[in-house]
Amino acid sequence: MALWFNKESRSGLKLVSAPFGFSLLLLAVPLSLMVLLSFWTQDYLTLDRTLTLNNYREIGSHPVYALLMKRSVIISLMVTTITVALAFPMAYYISFYGGKRKALWLFLITIPFWTSYLLRIFMWKIILGYNGVLNSTLQGLSFIDEPLTFILYNSNAVVIALAHAWAPFAILPIFVALEKIDRSLLEAAHDLGDGPVRRFFRITLPLAAPGIIASALIIFIPTVGDYITPKMVGGTDGLMIANMIQVQFSKANNAPLGAALAVTSMVMVGLIALGFVFLNRRWLRRQA
Amino acid sequence: MAKSTESPMVEINAVSKSFGDVRAVDGVDAVIREGEFFSLLGPSGCGKTTLLRLISGFEHPDDGHIVIAGQNMDQVEPNHRPTNLVFQSYAIFPHLNVEENVAYGLKRNGVSKDEIAEQVNEMLTLVDLSGYNKRPAYALSGGQRQRVALARALIMKPKVLLLDEPLSALDRKLREQMQIELRGLQRTVGITFILVTHDQEEALTMSDRIAVMFDGNIAQLATPQELYSRPKTRRIASFIGVMNFVEGTLRKVTAKTLEVEAGPFGKVTMAPDQMPAPLEPGAVTVGIRPEMLTVLFSAKEKAEIEVTGVITNTAYFGDMTYYSVQIDGIDEDVTVSMRNTAGRRVLAVGEETRIGLGRESLIILS
Ligand SMILES: Nc1ncnc2c1ncn2[C@@H]1O[C@H](COP(=O)(O)OP(=O)(O)O)[C@@H](O)[C@H]1O
Ligand SMILES: [Mg+2]
Repeated sequence: MALWFNKESRSGLKLVSAPFGFSLLLLAVPLSLMVLLSFWTQDYLTLDRTLTLNNYREIGSHPVYALLMKRSVIISLMVTTITVALAFPMAYYISFYGGKRKALWLFLITIPFWTSYLLRIFMWKIILGYNGVLNSTLQGLSFIDEPLTFILYNSNAVVIALAHAWAPFAILPIFVALEKIDRSLLEAAHDLGDGPVRRFFRITLPLAAPGIIASALIIFIPTVGDYITPKMVGGTDGLMIANMIQVQFSKANNAPLGAALAVTSMVMVGLIALGFVFLNRRWLRRQA
Repeated sequence: MAKSTESPMVEINAVSKSFGDVRAVDGVDAVIREGEFFSLLGPSGCGKTTLLRLISGFEHPDDGHIVIAGQNMDQVEPNHRPTNLVFQSYAIFPHLNVEENVAYGLKRNGVSKDEIAEQVNEMLTLVDLSGYNKRPAYALSGGQRQRVALARALIMKPKVLLLDEPLSALDRKLREQMQIELRGLQRTVGITFILVTHDQEEALTMSDRIAVMFDGNIAQLATPQELYSRPKTRRIASFIGVMNFVEGTLRKVTAKTLEVEAGPFGKVTMAPDQMPAPLEPGAVTVGIRPEMLTVLFSAKEKAEIEVTGVITNTAYFGDMTYYSVQIDGIDEDVTVSMRNTAGRRVLAVGEETRIGLGRESLIILS
């Protein structure tokens, strides 16, 4: 851990410095502008450039913002949990039992990406709707008398659609982490007396943890800010913070408040992401 | 040598194992005794690792049985066998430190923390790693990894310790040091060691007995001295050290003597034990080690059998000089090694010289 800047990493730094500068320009500049914007105010079309915390006060004083944020985080955490929980067995299967067909399996996983995301959401509408595929099937089989309504136009539908959309992204980092596990480590554990369950919890899982955390972050961070899914299948009680931000920038004509909301949710997501990473470290230590 | 007893520890009975078309282990029979340092020696791909994995339980025989400590292992998984394996790659758990690696196998059976700590320290002392308890796995050198792997296996108190080329990843100096340490360690703990190696020198210096393997078979199972001085076949002879070969004819075999026509060495009468594998009269190969041949520097020096040759190459090693000598009637140049004693000169390429040998230094090979 002490050798961060050996010769190799220095030449590596040189190599990444150009793209790094480029992304600094593309990321840091717009980001700073947005932070700046969040300290301004807007009255209809006139922008007042005096720096003020009014937008943040507004966010603090109206419970709707906190509610939306909380809901966004909860939906996202649910999506993350479900997606990772489903992705792990798939990644595990491909890595340990894929044999010569690993590449084929990974290829099959990308099939959902062949259609546009919008189309896929519409399909969920067809499946989950009042007269949709799921309800008519269940009714046809006489499992239910009335169509289920809790599966569309609420947060459940958002969770289902997002979990489905992000599954492939979750599988890959876990798969890579599992692939990297030297199989002789599992044999060594076997040799030292562990059965399959112990081997899994003492070797496979701790060594796959970085991949699992990466997966979780890859799912969690973008889904908190998703606005197309809640808009399409979320109804009113499935709306998330990004929908509010979008409203501020468009209909409400209050870009500074939208910017302040964006900054607030960014800070929150950042803190939670750090929490993930920290947990990962702690967990690895404890396993050790 | 001292500790091994006659009672069998590992019995390998007609064991075969194939991978697809490859017969990795092909009907091997061997008995490894309690407390002995046993080596499986052979070129890469001859089935050593497969045999070791059959003993440890990671592979199951297609045919035959393995018995360890009197118990048939047919249905026994690796985690329930009285064996432990030191992997060729060492397989140190990367997320654990030294102490946690060593304690890995103990942490299951409700052994108390104090007792684990005590045993770990004992093991670390044994492998000369005391004080390295908290060192993370990534901060270990090759030699240290090897010691951790040893300690981790030995702490399980196995009846048999299996080692798959444990020294091949180390540099020469460390390897030689570890050979001595490993042998010493085996004497200290008194456990049966089965070592896999492709390095004949390593096998010779460390083992009580050696099984030479070719193509999934044991070609010869013997002590190092026997293997070196009485190899059964030409292939074994050239795998273990250097051997010169002369095409010859076995004329007569009686209970007391062998009569051989040994090319330029002429007609030689030998003792029966100079033919390790019994052969019928006919064409044979006669072998002789380089150190059994002597350069006769002056006319005064005499030998039982003498031939003349021309030096074609010399290699000076300080303590020894190796000569390549061309002798009429022998296809390949003969290698002769001479100790560089005081006043003894080194012959030049092109010089003609007499070479002497004793008839008891010849071996008849199949
Ligand atoms: N898991 C396996 N699958 C297919 N072939 C194998 C496998 N393990 C070993 N072999 C083959 O069996 C033969 C013996 O291999 P091995 O026991 O590893 O030899 P050694 O350890 O003496 O180098 C080789 O030809 C090798 O390619
Ligand atoms: Mg091998």
